[in-house]
Amino acid sequence: MRVLVDLNRCQSYGQCVFAAPEVFWFRGAESLEYDHVPDAESDRATERAARACPVQAITLGPAVEAIVGEAG
Amino acid sequence: MTPGRIVVVGASLAGLRSAESLRANGFTGELVIIGDERHEPYDRPPLSKAVLSGRVGSDRLLLPRTGELNARWLLGARATGLDVSTREVRLADGRVVGFDGLLVATGARARPWPDAGEAALRGVHLLRTRDDADRLRGDLVQEPRRVLVIGGGFTGSEVASSCHDLGLSVTVTQRGSAPMATALGGVVAAAIGVRQQACGIDLRARTTVTALNGDAEGRLTRARLSDGDVLDVDVAIVATGSVPNTEWLADSGLAADGGGVDCDSACRALDVTGAVVAGVYVAGDVARWRHPHFDAEPQSFEHWSNAVDQAELAAHNLIHEATDVRHNTALPAFWSDQFGMNIKSVGLPQVADQVVLTQGSFARGPFVAVYGRDGITVGAVAVNSPRVMDGYTALVAERAPFPPAINATDSPASVAVLDAGFARTTPHRAPLTLAADGGRS
Amino acid sequence: MTSTHPHPAATAYGRLLDHSNRHNPYPHFAELAKEPVHQLDEHNWLVTRHADITALLRDPRLSAQNPAPTDPDAPLGSDGKPFRGPLLMLDPPHHDTLRQRTMDQFVPRILGMRPRIEAMVADLLDRHVGTGSGEIDVVAALAYPLPVGVICALLGVPPEEEPVFHSFAGRLTRALDPVETLTEQEITQLAVTQRDWRAYLMPMIEQRRAQPGTDLISGLLTKGDPATRMNTVELAVTLGLLLIAGHETTVNLVANGTLALLRNPDVLDRLRADPDLAAAVVEEVLRYDPPVQMNGRHTTADIVVAGQVVPAGDHVQLLLAAGNRDPRRFAHPDRFWPERPGNAHLAFGGGVHYCLGAALARMEGQAALTAIASRLSNPRLVVDPPPYRPNMLLRGPEEVRVGYDAVTT
Ligand SMILES: Cc1cc2nc3c(=O)[nH]c(=O)nc-3n(C[C@H](O)[C@H](O)[C@H](O)COP(=O)(O)OP(=O)(O)OC[C@H]3O[C@@H](n4cnc5c(N)ncnc54)[C@H](O)[C@@H]3O)c2cc1C
Ligand code: HEM
Ligand code: SF4
Repeated sequence: MRVLVDLNRCQSYGQCVFAAPEVFWFRGAESLEYDHVPDAESDRATERAARACPVQAITLGPAVEAIVGEAG
Repeated sequence: MTPGRIVVVGASLAGLRSAESLRANGFTGELVIIGDERHEPYDRPPLSKAVLSGRVGSDRLLLPRTGELNARWLLGARATGLDVSTREVRLADGRVVGFDGLLVATGARARPWPDAGEAALRGVHLLRTRDDADRLRGDLVQEPRRVLVIGGGFTGSEVASSCHDLGLSVTVTQRGSAPMATALGGVVAAAIGVRQQACGIDLRARTTVTALNGDAEGRLTRARLSDGDVLDVDVAIVATGSVPNTEWLADSGLAADGGGVDCDSACRALDVTGAVVAGVYVAGDVARWRHPHFDAEPQSFEHWSNAVDQAELAAHNLIHEATDVRHNTALPAFWSDQFGMNIKSVGLPQVADQVVLTQGSFARGPFVAVYGRDGITVGAVAVNSPRVMDGYTALVAERAPFPPAINATDSPASVAVLDAGFARTTPHRAPLTLAADGGRS
Repeated sequence: MTSTHPHPAATAYGRLLDHSNRHNPYPHFAELAKEPVHQLDEHNWLVTRHADITALLRDPRLSAQNPAPTDPDAPLGSDGKPFRGPLLMLDPPHHDTLRQRTMDQFVPRILGMRPRIEAMVADLLDRHVGTGSGEIDVVAALAYPLPVGVICALLGVPPEEEPVFHSFAGRLTRALDPVETLTEQEITQLAVTQRDWRAYLMPMIEQRRAQPGTDLISGLLTKGDPATRMNTVELAVTLGLLLIAGHETTVNLVANGTLALLRNPDVLDRLRADPDLAAAVVEEVLRYDPPVQMNGRHTTADIVVAGQVVPAGDHVQLLLAAGNRDPRRFAHPDRFWPERPGNAHLAFGGGVHYCLGAALARMEGQAALTAIASRLSNPRLVVDPPPYRPNMLLRGPEEVRVGYDAVTT
């Protein structure tokens, strides 16, 4: 799975941390950090995290193939 | 528009977001995404924070994308020219890609150190890309004696914070009176600077680096400062602002120069006469525009949400050009995380002449400061107070009288309106300087 | 109210307060939500829309603190000022200090609670159902005992003390109601209960101070920066808050969720087939039928709400339940639709007072609703609508009787 948090919208409620502590964590009192590409074992927890975010700041995407671009 | 081909130049936040939005807006034609980095799109803000500190690998930043994007990706391909009349983008390898619609999202790059010889010394770094971050981190884990950060803007301050996390000794030099003073004003910047110093950072205000010296092997060993000091340093990070990637647009007829590409608040590219160029849109760090809410010169807003907002707006307008053109009214907003502080800004503090502390205390703990100009609230900056920002956003949006009455329990007992402390630039350079300094220098 | 205040809003608001409408207040919320703001009387306002409520919950000019001067005889708080009450009813900065201290102890303990809560739910159900057909009151059997059990486990209260906590939970809950809705007698009664609560806790607190364990109470007493440590009064009041703030609210979540599932059999089937849907189901219950229906604040300055000036010192009710059905924010707002995108509901409030127990409540709701869906076969409501408790603010059914054909283990 892939994860993106809009950290402008995020207000550090930490609901994602409760739901998926292996994916989201706080650095200091209010600064959210996270793994953008969590492993498949965390998928359920990550989905719960996205659902729980009070300001809906979390976007999820499927674990897609890395893009192999044509070299220019 | 009828399904033809849309070309997106710049494969990063704005480029990917606009591509996704094009599909979400029902675009079924051919989508080509051209980017000169070899990596697929990734998120930049963690580079100076969690990545440098080692909490997140630079390979763990990939941006999510929907499975059905169905785009042709030309990665590692640099656009070198644009011909609006034949509707073609030229690539460095000689290929020519035609388009019906174009999105310019080439962002910006770190401003290089002016002396090419010194810049080439091993240990001298810029920070803009994944590769930059990996190289810099490689040097930081060698436990350098001292790290020199040249420039105390947001990126410089975050790099200093990450070095501090790693237990390294750090010196930061900056032209202004305090870190991030061009964006936050002298008063708030000074309060934050004191907190940085309390973490042990050697902050040198109004100080520049006059020379970087290396040893016989071409490794950085010393830095000479304008205050006369000579520092023994193994690593220096040049964080003196950014330069928009507009060279490929020279001679295209678009109004593009060293300050960005002009567009209107609907993200439509403008030509040198100020007229809209049909079918060509601009989004993200590269875009220079006049925000309709503020009485300010056109400028680029080099912040994450501006890239997202503009990308989505540009995609919408590209598809609904004839029927439903929307304008960007979202207030500028950004965040920074450093030294245990979550800093959030809304509005445009740098147009202010006055500032007032409305909650908390500059000395310790959380605080919020509100910025005003001519008696109107124009911006707010909050440290470790993300949950009250919406209230301040409302004040800016409604152009509330300044200073606004807050009267919260944690408001200071008396309202002290201060000079915000923005060093005003000379008028003829105003637009350019605002663009370069207002962003993440 | 209608006779003294001829405002149509007051009439609609009156219908909302009317107990006979308790089982379905939503048409009256919708009626009120035709206007973004209502002035009920000289100093009282209602706000009905999602965008405005969202912004106001995060506005420093709205205070949760009683504006009356503090009682000079009140004991001192750890900030050296007269103690004003639980952190729910305090403003920053002292609110933030107390909340942070509580969170520091709360967070690490919540992280591991999920399996424990699931086991408690299974156990409670086992106690009330056989294997054949039958009937269960979900409120009495599951919703009511679960939150007290969970909070006791979290606080490290020995099982034999749980009934005492349970009885306090019921009696202390009135403290969450606005003072003006209580009678003289109820206020006196409440004060007595609060005193009894402190007296009851004191030995437990002193024992843990002397011999700290790994439990939350010991953590609050002995961990963290000594300069911001709660004193005994604050500790007792905070523990009381944890007990009551998570009590009837969670009861309502489980009860309202059961009602919603049984009234929407397609969703029930989907949840049964895919337990991962539980997170989305719980969020949708919280939006569709929120356990806390509104939130009160007062203004510290003149504020503008949807173009209307609300003067300083006035009281503002934020109608969370109306905002949760705002068609400007939620497509098909009256549809119970767990898969809806972007469900930024208001059930847990927002801003500095955002529910401290939200993560715990979610786990409890997810565990309870998943168990009901997966273990009861052909569940149906025996009485629909069920009878409701009188409370308007913390609105929920008194009982939810569910008949079933069989039970799986
Ligand atoms: C270290 C760092 C930390 C940051 N932290 C924050 C933060 O905390 N908060 C915040 O709000 N913002 C932050 N930002 C800013 C934010 O990342 C940018 O605003 C955002 O990346 C802009 O996206 P963009 O797509 O417009 O431009 P970019 O991300 O710059 O992407 C432009 C892309 O186009 C490519 N390109 C350029 N020229 C060509 C060409 N001729 N042909 C093909 N491709 C080309 C570039 O290589 C690049 O991949 C940070 C930025 C950096 C660098
Ligand atoms: C579904 C269940 C729950 C709901 C709907 C709910 C709802 C709310 C709401 C709306 C608020 C904000 C009040 C305001 O802004 O004035 C709040 C605050 C609070 N809740 Fe909950 N709650 C629930 C469960 C819990 C649980 C399980 C606990 C604790 C174990 C808890 C503890 C608290 C506390 C301590 C506060 C005050 C926070 C503060 O003021 O900073 N709640 N809750
Ligand atoms: S739940 Fe949402 S608002 Fe809260 S910390 Fe996570 S992303 Fe931020």
